[in-house]
Amino acid sequence: MDYKTSDPYAGPRKEDILPSSTAAAVKVVIVGGFGVGKTTLVGTVSEIRPLTTEETMTQAGVGVDDLAGIEHKIETTVAMDFGRISINEQLVLYLFGTPGQERFWFLWDGLFEGALGAVVLLDTRRLEVSYDVIGLLEERGVPFVVAVNTFPGSPVHPMTELRSAMDLPESVPMFTCDARDRASCRDTLMALMRYLYHLTNEISEPQ
Amino acid sequence: MSKAGKTWDPGNPDRLYIITSGRSRTGKQTRLDLVTLVVSRAAPDPGLQPEHSAIVQMCDYPLSIAEISAYLTLPVSTVTVLVTDLLKEDQVEARPPVPVAALPNVQLLEAVMHGLQNL
Repeated sequence: MDYKTSDPYAGPRKEDILPSSTAAAVKVVIVGGFGVGKTTLVGTVSEIRPLTTEETMTQAGVGVDDLAGIEHKIETTVAMDFGRISINEQLVLYLFGTPGQERFWFLWDGLFEGALGAVVLLDTRRLEVSYDVIGLLEERGVPFVVAVNTFPGSPVHPMTELRSAMDLPESVPMFTCDARDRASCRDTLMALMRYLYHLTNEISEPQ
Repeated sequence: MSKAGKTWDPGNPDRLYIITSGRSRTGKQTRLDLVTLVVSRAAPDPGLQPEHSAIVQMCDYPLSIAEISAYLTLPVSTVTVLVTDLLKEDQVEARPPVPVAALPNVQLLEAVMHGLQNL
């Protein structure tokens, strides 16, 4: 046999199995610059060891105009880590962390579509990356909150300064979090849910 | 055994082409999301190709498309094609995600918040 294990298609471990009663899932996307702690956050709150899914994406070649009639496409495989939280016997929440070039993730068909919302992990070392991400989320109408991952020894910026640097409206929640701490990650997701709750109520109950 | 002999490079695009018979789209069937849950209806039909059979086996209990992709180390779009085949054959059922229009509904958010509180 060529396979290292007897079963090349190992499914989930026993402890990672969802109950048969699980009827539906929802998803939240964690976005932010490289190395800002998305995978850490996903791993901290996930009930399963984070898994990696991949997709082959076709992107039109840069600088090629359609008039030439030449199909110039670049195919790339991108991978993304994700985790899972069982909400109750019927409902499960998936968390997707999007590493690497941020613009790319918006090409992943169906990643943001149908998502409850997004958590932007702000990279205080490279604000321009997060700035781009926020712009794209706004463009797509994906509701989001902004979390600043506190690294030991990372520069501390006052929130008001960061908010104005990011051009972020007052209405969008912004707070610090520690991606290594379970309670802090849970609070981050809670903050997103509360914000969504607020937005939903705002629309259903006009003044 | 069809398994014996050749080694497969999981990253080899030919493999993806072969197992999907060259299809990259799934036609007009149910749109499968990353978090659509797939559940087997019965034991895998012995005539299925290995990847189809593997999906039916691992979906004994609900598994998302993303998890199937992770366990099979296959791209999501390939898994989508394979699951669509299995849906046609009635080997599996798909449980679509909770629909979220512009904003999720209040009951759903309350359920999620309640669940998160228990973390």
